[in-house]
Amino acid sequence: MELRSNEFKPRAAANLLDEKLQRGLGLIKVKAVVNRASAVAEFGDFESLREVGKDIRDRALADLDLYLERFEREATARGAVVHWAENASEACRIIVQIARDNGVKKAAKSKSMVSEEIGLNDALIEAGVEVIETDLGEYILQINDAEPPSHIVMPVIHKTAEDVADLFHEKHGTPRKTDPAALTREAREILRPQFLSADMGISGANFIVAETGSTLIVTNEGNGRLCTTLPRLHVALTGIEKVVQTLEDASVLLRLLPRSATGQAITNYVSVHTGPKRLEESDGPQQFHIVLVDNGRSKLLAGDMREMLRCIRCGACMNHCPVYQAVGGHAYGWVYPGPMGNILTPSYVGLENAVALPNAATMCNQCGVVCPVKIPLPDLMRKLREEQMARGLKPWAERLGLALWGWAAQQPALYALGTRIAVRVMKWMGGSEKLIHRLPFVSGWTDGRDFPAPEGQTFRELCRARRTNELPPAAGGREPGGGRDARPESQPQNSAAKVTIDAHIAAHPTACSRSATGSRKNASAPAPRRSPARWRSCPPCRRCRAPWRATWSRTTCPPAASSGPACASSTGSAPASAWKTARRAATTSSASPAVSAPSPKPAR
Amino acid sequence: MRVALFVTCLADLMRPGVAFAALRLLEHGGCTVEVPDTQTCCGQPAYNSGDRATAMALAKKVIGEFEGFDYVVAPSGSCGGMIRAHYPELFRDDPALQKRAEALAARTYELTDFLVNILKLDGVPGDFAGTVTYHDSCSGLRELGVKAQPRALLAKLPGVKLVEMDEAETCCGFGGTFSLKFGEVSTQLADNKCGNACATGADAIVGGDLGCLLNIEGRLRRRGDMKTKVLHIAEVLAGRSD
Repeated sequence: MELRSNEFKPRAAANLLDEKLQRGLGLIKVKAVVNRASAVAEFGDFESLREVGKDIRDRALADLDLYLERFEREATARGAVVHWAENASEACRIIVQIARDNGVKKAAKSKSMVSEEIGLNDALIEAGVEVIETDLGEYILQINDAEPPSHIVMPVIHKTAEDVADLFHEKHGTPRKTDPAALTREAREILRPQFLSADMGISGANFIVAETGSTLIVTNEGNGRLCTTLPRLHVALTGIEKVVQTLEDASVLLRLLPRSATGQAITNYVSVHTGPKRLEESDGPQQFHIVLVDNGRSKLLAGDMREMLRCIRCGACMNHCPVYQAVGGHAYGWVYPGPMGNILTPSYVGLENAVALPNAATMCNQCGVVCPVKIPLPDLMRKLREEQMARGLKPWAERLGLALWGWAAQQPALYALGTRIAVRVMKWMGGSEKLIHRLPFVSGWTDGRDFPAPEGQTFRELCRARRTNELPPAAGGREPGGGRDARPESQPQNSAAKVTIDAHIAAHPTACSRSATGSRKNASAPAPRRSPARWRSCPPCRRCRAPWRATWSRTTCPPAASSGPACASSTGSAPASAWKTARRAATTSSASPAVSAPSPKPAR
Repeated sequence: MRVALFVTCLADLMRPGVAFAALRLLEHGGCTVEVPDTQTCCGQPAYNSGDRATAMALAKKVIGEFEGFDYVVAPSGSCGGMIRAHYPELFRDDPALQKRAEALAARTYELTDFLVNILKLDGVPGDFAGTVTYHDSCSGLRELGVKAQPRALLAKLPGVKLVEMDEAETCCGFGGTFSLKFGEVSTQLADNKCGNACATGADAIVGGDLGCLLNIEGRLRRRGDMKTKVLHIAEVLAGRSD
């Protein structure tokens, strides 16, 4: 398959505007997401099953070499021929050679993503072999000028029934029909003779079983079983990581795979192939070749991406990925789309050939939580980003921006100054609407969204300003001996603690606002309370001279205080309305610095 | 109970009111709240961009600033998740720091999680009245299990009616630098979120992460909706959201 992963961004943007594609993609949520959710709910403890599935795959990968050798021994003992292919071209060469050796003219294929990965169809066609895709989706793609699949389980999810109706009408020359059942029947009628006339059947393998030397496939259309039993040769092609130790292990994974992929408890067909046809059997191929492809997998096994080899190709990660749902599989530019592709594509074809993919995720981890074998997909994407950083594969602007920001964030004073300037400039840019419509360097945001303007002062700045302007130096003496905010007297009062006191004032500006507006100006403003005795040592507000805790609303009074001497205002207006009244009063005057400071409430 | 407020960059810069609201809620629950003065960023933007060295430097700074407290609370699932779910991994090659990171991680909470599960608040001081719909931010939801907590707190406000939107758990498309690098895709996801939220007819879209909220608000305003409020859960609960 042609590699176009470095075109992710423009292709994704174009796909967003493709209405037909968007209609097709809408089906993913309807079909895959909802169906999986019901299947999982019906199953019960799916989480434990995922854990077991993960362990099975980890166990297989831990001793991959031993299981593969055992698989080869068992398969060979049952009459199959096992071939090892280090890379794509070697795998193609092996299969072309098998075809040549046996005079194969026609090959019927059931669905295999590894065959897409190695470009098998082109290799066979070049060798003069006619290749027929028999999976309905793959067949539709093949007659549409060998269009690549956009999903690993539902290869034509990007097409609507209308698209297929037009295609069949054009390619088959039959009357146009839109009923999916009728379209399927039409394809079946065309494909059925192909199974009978094919010399070679090619399948993938969902799992290969070490203890029996079997390959196993799951299908829904039955084409897989016809491909693997009718032609005289059967070639099963798969990656080396697909091995499991026992049939028991495979059966556990079979409970996970269809539920995660399509929401089925089990697929219509589960076929286990063990050796070619035996003398006493009436059906089956005369030869059974198993081609095990490495193509970069053993490299993954030794590296940071090892967990990706647990993948059982269910497609749940892409079905649930909001990015995939929005842009479709073709944008990813290679065989494996969605989150799995974000990891597999750069791992197999080189990070420099798929620069965008590890970054093409919001890290929402929706993929990670549905993965049946618990692959931490966002973590792996992050590791690839680290590799990009180390190898200089990130754009210079991003690296420079990160370096500058990272350095500044380690210098609190400088950071504070920089952010103070930035929020002022941005507040000014937001104008009266408080929205910034265009920002330099971040058109990615502002092309489709406004940027809500900041308030104009930072939180830390507000805290610091209030500490300087409002508090007498004796702040450390607050609340000795009790109250819900009380600390042991022995505890040192650091600057952080002082900030807290300022923040109290910021959050409860009643005391200061009263001084600014005149204490009787607002009849509804709560009168100062008579402070409980133990609060009296609190420092008073510099302007209004009232103990700063004196106007606290009842809801914030410590429980102990409510049983103490009555606060005048604790029987007055509701705390929240008191706060609001005070705030209204505060905003009518700019006489006091505390009042002129922005309200702690963001004005939206 | 000494609680340090991890303000978060976005609250510090964009919406100081969210930090004040968080402060008020924590005090309402009886905490002695302190705001370490030198705090800047948890390092997540660097971490998610593959700049591990910067992320580690910032994480080390955060650990130094916050490890002396009983609890660390952030009005953000994203920053809270960074400290709790990723700091220990960040120092996998430095056992001493990893131990400190783990200790800090165990004491770090997202605000609503802390209010519900540690403080076990009986009531909240807010007085918001109207319908709201809640957007579950990804990190809070999937890294910290924040789902029921904000809803439980909203239920304590008699004037608030919660109407769930479709796909409340689906990403809004923010994703930190993703929103800048893949602007079109990010905008589309934000648009989907706005569509689902507005379909509820709610007066306000409420969430627990400012990144998501700025993204949603930005798209909402560009769509021409100047009416629907976009509020942080702390603002609603602390009573300064009107």
